Amino acid sequence: MTPPPVLSVRNLVVEIPSRAGISRPVNNISYDIAPGEILGVVGESGAGKSMAGNAIIGLLDRPAHIASGEVWLNGSRIDNLPLEDLRRIRGRQIGMVFQDPLTSLNPLLRIGDQLTETIREHLPVTAAQARERAVAALEEVGIPAAAERLDSYPHEFSGGMRQRVVIALALCAEPSFVIADEPTTALDVSVQAQIIALLRRLCRDRGTAVMLVTHDMGVIAEAADRVAVMYAGRLAELGPVRSVINAPRHPYADGLMGAMPSLSIGQRRLRQIPGAMPRPSKIPPGCAFHPRCPRAADPCRVDPPPTILDDPQGRAACWFPLEHSA
Amino acid sequence: MTAFVEVSHLGRSFDVSKPWLNRVIERLPRRNLVAVSDVSFQIEEGAVYALVGESGSGKSTIGRMLAGLMTPSAGTVKVAGADLHADPAARKAAGIQMIFQDPYASLNPRWKVRRIICEPVVVAGGATAGLAERLLEQVGLAAEDADKFPHEFSGGQRQRICIARALAANPRFIICDEPTSALDVSVQAQVLNLMSDLRDELGLTYMFISHDLTVVRHMADRIGVLYLGRLMEEAMPEQLFARPRHPYTQMLLAAAPLMEGRTREIDLPKGEVPDPISPPPGCAFHPRCPFAIDLCRKERPELRDVDGVRVACHRAEDIVPASAA
Repeated sequence: MTPPPVLSVRNLVVEIPSRAGISRPVNNISYDIAPGEILGVVGESGAGKSMAGNAIIGLLDRPAHIASGEVWLNGSRIDNLPLEDLRRIRGRQIGMVFQDPLTSLNPLLRIGDQLTETIREHLPVTAAQARERAVAALEEVGIPAAAERLDSYPHEFSGGMRQRVVIALALCAEPSFVIADEPTTALDVSVQAQIIALLRRLCRDRGTAVMLVTHDMGVIAEAADRVAVMYAGRLAELGPVRSVINAPRHPYADGLMGAMPSLSIGQRRLRQIPGAMPRPSKIPPGCAFHPRCPRAADPCRVDPPPTILDDPQGRAACWFPLEHSA
Repeated sequence: MTAFVEVSHLGRSFDVSKPWLNRVIERLPRRNLVAVSDVSFQIEEGAVYALVGESGSGKSTIGRMLAGLMTPSAGTVKVAGADLHADPAARKAAGIQMIFQDPYASLNPRWKVRRIICEPVVVAGGATAGLAERLLEQVGLAAEDADKFPHEFSGGQRQRICIARALAANPRFIICDEPTSALDVSVQAQVLNLMSDLRDELGLTYMFISHDLTVVRHMADRIGVLYLGRLMEEAMPEQLFARPRHPYTQMLLAAAPLMEGRTREIDLPKGEVPDPISPPPGCAFHPRCPFAIDLCRKERPELRDVDGVRVACHRAEDIVPASAA
C-alpha cells in the first residue's frame, strides 16, 4: 500500500486576464508527490513551471489567479484558504528555496536572527531552544562552525554557503513539503553537486516531499525520482525519471532529450526542435506543440490530445506517442 | 602549421583598493585582484578552442583581451602574426568579432535590425546594400526581419541577429562568450548547429567560452580548463573526458550532472573557489586537492607536456583518475 501523497494537485488552471483576452500560463495540470519523493518539473522558459509552483503555494501576483482546480496538502485543501491561514501553512508545512540565495535572505539581519524568527513564528519554543534548533539546522546542511556563523550576515557567506542557509531556513520548521525553484541555477557545477546531494539526503532522511523546478535536465536526472515535462502551461509527460529520459513518449520530451549535448556521446550535430515556445497569449489550438512537432497530423491541430495512461506511473498527453519496444 | 592566435604569458590584474582617503585613514593596503595569471595557448586556424571554468576563473577576461576590448597587464596576444595590443591597425586587420552571452543586453533596443547588423561595416566604411538581408537569411531568419526591432524577437532569434552582426565584417576569428547560456535547450541546439555550419562554410576560427562541459565537449577541438585565472590543463576533448589529468578537471567532471544518472556515492567536491584577491600560494587548487603535497603549497606548477596533454600539476604522473581506478 503506497502512503497517501503529501501534495496533490488536481486540474490546476491559472489565468491572467488582460485587455487582449484571458491567457492560461498553467492549463489543467495534475500530479501527486509522495513523502520522501523528489518530483522534478522541467520545461523551457515560459512553460509555466514557476507559475505552477507559485500557484500551489498561493504566491501568485495579481492579476494571475487560480481559475479552477484543487491543491491538497496532507489531506486538506489549501488553494481556497484565506491569505492569513495560508501564510501560517507556508513556512510551517511548506518550505521554499528560490534561485538567488542573496535575494531570499534579508541582508540587514544576522542569519541566526532570520532562522530563530522563522522557528519561533511556527513552533512553540523559547528563544534559547530556537537558537539551538538554528545551530542544528545549519549543521545539518553542512555549514562548518555553525554556532559561530549564527552571528554572521548573509554577505559574509559564499554563494554555495548562502544557498545552504536558505535551505536550512526552508527546513527549520520541519515542513512536509519543500518547493525548490531553480535552487542551483546561480551556482557553479562543483557547488551544484553539493547542493543536489544535500537536497537528496534531507529528503530521504526526513521523508520530505520535494518539488524541484528547473530548466536543467541534468539536475533532474541526478536528483529527481519522477519528472514532469511541461510545455506551454500543460503537462506533456510525467513519469519515472529513467523512463522519461531513455524512452520518452511525448515528441516534445523526445526532442528535448535529443537537443541536449551529452557528456558521453559524441554526435556531430544536435537534434533541434524547430521554432520556439509560443507565448501564453498565443497558444495554438489543439495540441500546443503541434506547430513544432514532427509527428503532427490533423487531430493535433483541432483537439487537445488525450492523456495516455499505459504505464501505472507515467502518462503523456499526445495523439501519436512514440512507441518503445521493451 | 603556425598558430593563428598566439597567447603568451597573458596576465591581467584589477586594482580593487578602497579610495585613497580610506586607505590612509583606515591604513589599508592596496588590493589587487589577479583575474588572469600567466596564461599561454595557441589556436590553429579553423579550430574551435574552448575555455571552461567556474565563475571567477577569468575566462571572460581572457576573451575580452583577445577581442582587444581590454589591455593585458602582462604578456601578448598575437592574431595572424600581429601583436594586437602593440599595433592598433592589427586589430582591424585580424577581423575579430565577439558574440556575448545576453542577447537582450547586447542589441540596441532603439535600432532596427538592419542598422544593428550593418553597424560594423558602416564603421569600417564599407557598402551595406542588401547585406543585412543576406546575413539574416544565412543565420536562418527572414529578409523582412531587417525592418523589425530587437524586442520583436525571441532569445534564440536575437542570438542569431548577434551572429549575423558578427559575420557582417567578414571576420576570421569570433570570440563567443557563453553564447547559449541564456537560451533554452531546444534553442541552444539550433544556435550551436548554426555556429558549426558557419564554421564549415566560412572557415571561421572560434574561441568558445563556457561553463557548460557538455556544450564545450560538443563544440571544441581543444579545451583549456581555467581555475582562478590559471590554465590548469589543456587537451583534446577525447583525452580530457576519457582521462582528465589535473585533479581540478577530475573534480569538475565528477561534479557535472550526468544524464545517465547515478546514485552519487562518489566523493563530492570539497569547498568552493577561493577569493581571487588573496589566492592560495603555490598551486591555486591545493586547498581543495585530495592529492596535495608540501610542494603544491609552495611552488606554482608549470604547464608542461604529459603524454600529449598540457597539465599544470606537480603530481600529474602519479595520480590516477577516479574513472580509471
